[in-house]
Amino acid sequence: MGIRAILAITAKELNSYFASFIAYAVVAGFLFVTGAFFSLSVLLSRQVNLRFTLTDVAIILLFVSPAITMRLLSEEQASGTLELLVTSPIREAEIVLGKFLAALVFLVIMLAATAYYPLLLISYSQPDPGPIAAAYLGLFLQGAAFISLGLFISALTRNQVVAYIFTFGLLLIIWLFEAISGIFGGQVGSILSSLAFYNHFVDFPKGVVDTKDVVFYISVVVFGLVLAERVLESRRWR
Amino acid sequence: MTQPAIQVKNLSKSYGLTLALRDVSFEVRRGEIVGFLGPNGAGKTTTMRILVGYLPPTSGTAIVDGYDVLKDSLEVRRRIGYLPENISLYNDMTVEAFLEFMATIRGVARKRVRERVRAVMAQTRLDHMARVLIGKLSRGYRQRVGLAQALVHDPPILILDEPTVGLDPRQIIETRQLIKSLAGDHTVILSSHILPEVSMTCQRVLVIHQGQIVAEDAPENLAARLRGSERIRVEVRGPADQVRRALEAIPGVLAVIPEARDGVASFAIDCAVGTDLREQVAEAVVRGGWGLRELRPVGMSLEEIFLKLTTEEPDGNTGNPGDNREGA
Ligand SMILES: Nc1ncnc2c1ncn2[C@@H]1O[C@H](COP(=O)(O)OP(=O)(O)O)[C@@H](O)[C@H]1O
Ligand SMILES: [Mg+2]
Repeated sequence: MGIRAILAITAKELNSYFASFIAYAVVAGFLFVTGAFFSLSVLLSRQVNLRFTLTDVAIILLFVSPAITMRLLSEEQASGTLELLVTSPIREAEIVLGKFLAALVFLVIMLAATAYYPLLLISYSQPDPGPIAAAYLGLFLQGAAFISLGLFISALTRNQVVAYIFTFGLLLIIWLFEAISGIFGGQVGSILSSLAFYNHFVDFPKGVVDTKDVVFYISVVVFGLVLAERVLESRRWR
Repeated sequence: MTQPAIQVKNLSKSYGLTLALRDVSFEVRRGEIVGFLGPNGAGKTTTMRILVGYLPPTSGTAIVDGYDVLKDSLEVRRRIGYLPENISLYNDMTVEAFLEFMATIRGVARKRVRERVRAVMAQTRLDHMARVLIGKLSRGYRQRVGLAQALVHDPPILILDEPTVGLDPRQIIETRQLIKSLAGDHTVILSSHILPEVSMTCQRVLVIHQGQIVAEDAPENLAARLRGSERIRVEVRGPADQVRRALEAIPGVLAVIPEARDGVASFAIDCAVGTDLREQVAEAVVRGGWGLRELRPVGMSLEEIFLKLTTEEPDGNTGNPGDNREGA
């Protein structure tokens, strides 16, 4: 596995994020909406508690992360530049990892930008930093899982809009598995409920970091990356 | 190291129901410049994409530098520089950043990346464009960037799909000189639908038509061979030997090729281009007292292909002076 090739692809993708208007629009929109949630919750509740607001950020990520991943592989397929990548002596896994890392860096930059609000609160009062840090860990893990699945969907289509819609749909359904699980009940219900993004996220903003949740998110990341790699690789023998 | 650079055996490729390549076999020796000549849709791009590992063959094998394109794809890709047809590039990168990226993923050592990028930019005359965004380049410059990325890791084998399309006449001459200068140390396959293009650049030409190799020759013989004859099919009830001798005796007949049939003598007759010998053939058969069962001109495949090829240079200079038959 070539680290140099992976990092070269990551750098190329980051360059292309920041060369595009859409990236700035996504960041601006994300900051605006999260900012509005933060200020409203503090103003309305008059409480120095970010638990619910950070859960809202997780929901906002549901909308934003498909926009981060939609072009990663779709665009290269549509424009034909994928031909340059796959005829170079690199493995599909390197392409996938390079792109995943770029999206992850983008996510971290976005999350870091929202840290402005908690820091502001900390400077005025003394909220407990533990739950805030745990919530950010949860947001990072959940964002990574979203990105990994988004990358997989992006490998399946050359159309970015289709990639966005299907990724958003997939994430939303998994997020809501808990609600759906009631319909099925029994074995199926409990499996669905154990896979629901929501269930794995809720404890982080309370300051509880459960290994089970961390392992769950990491498993989803690996699952998405392996699928993306398989889709790219299938062209070599199809 | 006497094995050929490229060995293709019984290669076929179908896209769903479309059979794009049928049973293609050829070899390319080390250091040779070989041209794939054929009209659009002939199967040139498909063949090249299989060689570079972009598409799997449906059947048959392709060996590049001793490595099978399916089983040892990575090893094959390490040895090949590939210029795709109508290359797509990353428009949001500068020429230099793009070439450095390509050098890195093609495995050029970190210390040599800058040096190699500078070298290929000089080779393809891109130096003054180093910091320009690729999206802002003209067609000609984009094509040069494509050529530069194919050369950047100094691969022993180059696969260039229609390398001069979209270039102006001066750039075409420069590009051909560049390709010729690669001969010897590099094995080059280039494709074209322009006859003079391959004639000027290549040492050997494979003519591809409807997914098959229909002729293979040195460029100096090729035009004559492609234009040389027209064909008539004739079926006669009579003794094959005598009929054949009678047909061969007709002035203007270049060759009489027997085609096996039960009970009747069937022949293909090649004659000089522009002559119609049907009446003479009919007369000869009647004179021999045999039964004429069929007599019709056959569009000779090479002739047809020749008519579909572009015989004119893009700048309007005819490649075969006084014999521009395009669209005839
Ligand atoms: N991706 C594809 N899907 C379906 N048919 C294709 C595809 N690529 C090429 N073909 C068909 O295969 C044949 C050969 O095409 P191609 O290799 O591009 O020829 P050339 O490069 O000589 O113009 C054509 O009939 C073309 O329509
Ligand atoms: Mg082609």
